[in-house]
Amino acid sequence: MNIIVTGILLSGTYALVALGLTLQYGVARIMNLSNGETLVAACFVAFWLYTGFAINPLVGMLIIAPAAFAINWGIYAFALQPLVKRAKNRGQLEVDSILATFGLLFLMQGLMILFFGGEYRSYTFLAERFDIFGNAYGLNRVVAFVAAAIIAVGLWFFLYRTRRGTALRAVAVDPTSANLVAIDVARTAAFAFALGGALTACGGALLSTFYTFNASMGVVFTMKALIIVIMGGVGDVRGAVLAALILGVSETFVASVIDPGLTLAATYGLFILVLLFRPQGIFGRAQT
Amino acid sequence: MMGLTSQETKGLGLGALLIAIAALLPLFDDGFYLSISVNIVLYAALCTSWALFSGPTHYVSLATAAFYGLGTYSVGLGIEVLPYPLLLAIAAGVGAIMAGLVGAATLRISGVYFVIFTFGLAELVRQLVTWTQTKFSTAMGLYVFTEMTESHIYWMLLALTGVVFLTSFLIARSRLGFAMTVIGNDETVARHVGIDTARSKIILFMISGAFIAIAGAITAPRYIYIEPPSAFNPMISFLVVIMALLGGTKRLWGPLVGVIPFTIVMDFISSNFPNHTMIVVGLAFLAIVYLIPHGVTGLLEDMQARWKKRAAPVVEEKPA
Repeated sequence: MNIIVTGILLSGTYALVALGLTLQYGVARIMNLSNGETLVAACFVAFWLYTGFAINPLVGMLIIAPAAFAINWGIYAFALQPLVKRAKNRGQLEVDSILATFGLLFLMQGLMILFFGGEYRSYTFLAERFDIFGNAYGLNRVVAFVAAAIIAVGLWFFLYRTRRGTALRAVAVDPTSANLVAIDVARTAAFAFALGGALTACGGALLSTFYTFNASMGVVFTMKALIIVIMGGVGDVRGAVLAALILGVSETFVASVIDPGLTLAATYGLFILVLLFRPQGIFGRAQT
Repeated sequence: MMGLTSQETKGLGLGALLIAIAALLPLFDDGFYLSISVNIVLYAALCTSWALFSGPTHYVSLATAAFYGLGTYSVGLGIEVLPYPLLLAIAAGVGAIMAGLVGAATLRISGVYFVIFTFGLAELVRQLVTWTQTKFSTAMGLYVFTEMTESHIYWMLLALTGVVFLTSFLIARSRLGFAMTVIGNDETVARHVGIDTARSKIILFMISGAFIAIAGAITAPRYIYIEPPSAFNPMISFLVVIMALLGGTKRLWGPLVGVIPFTIVMDFISSNFPNHTMIVVGLAFLAIVYLIPHGVTGLLEDMQARWKKRAAPVVEEKPA
């Protein structure tokens, strides 16, 4: 029980990060491998706002999310759109975007190491006891989960109940057809990429309230987010949330029952199962 | 034999000559220049092995560090009990098996899964090795004591590079190589003409993985003390990708063009500005994508083509 609750609490943040990535890959068609660095950067900014200006991380998200949105819009417009225009087919764009985001990954990681150093950091925020079913959990974890859930529900409403969101989903399904029904595909893709970055940054800000982070841990989070996205099916919100739950719980299970050093192995185990049995995602339909 | 064209014979002869000249280096210097040359030859072997698979398939493999580390560990674990040449063979076997497993899981479906899988592979293997070591023995690392000097390692790596070159040359002339050319140009067409695309890719990936593992095994004595973070250093994978793409993967010797300058640059940066290596690597990736997408060899060929085009009209004008 303890394991399941801890796992679910952890999965809230995972879900946000993965939702960010699934928007970037599913709608904007950019496999963003520097996603984890966006998360770590948000961790550092939240840390800096809290320790330097005593700004509560939850309030800090009001600064971090718009900033991440703007920065990611800029990255897409200046760095990635030329690649989209240049690419002759989907495969070419995939290779180019993978290499370009590797560049961003190292650039961001290098800059963060330069500015913040390589050591582990954390801060104390809401480190109080909170009881669920008779077991004690950190209040910060519970708050992070609730905040993540609120954001995820908000995203769902946006995607399924608004015109803008519908346009986003249309581009995800087929950019050419979306163009035919008067959707500005380039703008929508840029918007989706920026929104994805903002979601990931929110995940980072929430993560920093209960997690010890350092400048070079981004890659591990990118890996987890990628696996969640594939498990859930690219561009699928429900799938990503469910996959995040599965990953969070199984990771916590392996860490507490077998060995904390094997969490990545647990993640990979899930990945292999998905590749072998449902490469199209949990809710995905088999491709013809 | 085998119907070599005169150009191919010339190429093979030139390659053999270059390797022979390079082999003389340890006779003149055994300090800094030898040390950096070992790095160059090591990355030359790694990059050509990498390009063997990733060149024709266009799949960016980041598994290099995983194979390399497995090779290093094969030697580290067995050096006390087994003869060295046998360990090299074991390393090749382990690398091929690993590549076969990864390939079987990912190469049957779209290429993105392969990239993602290899992205975390070195880290995964490192975690597993660390866990096994802490579980079953007390020491974190392994000692490799051999009689081998830097020169021996250099010669062996040079020989390995030669073998990799010869192998890619032979593969390019074989049925497998022809199949890969078709797959690389259009996978749907390849499947329609009856090529087992997954099988061809897996075989090629296994060959590439085996060579990388051998390179790791050869370099093992250089470390003396092997521990998981240095053997499975993910940076190796990324550097190999940069160097190979910088040179260009369309030509057999393409990666070499990237390896030599980039190894020297990285050596300079990591000894003078150790805090900036990440930034340089990041900028290198961006430069490759935006400025030289087909590598330096691609750039040279473009220039050659343009020069020919410019030269051609002049010839036409003369009779008129």
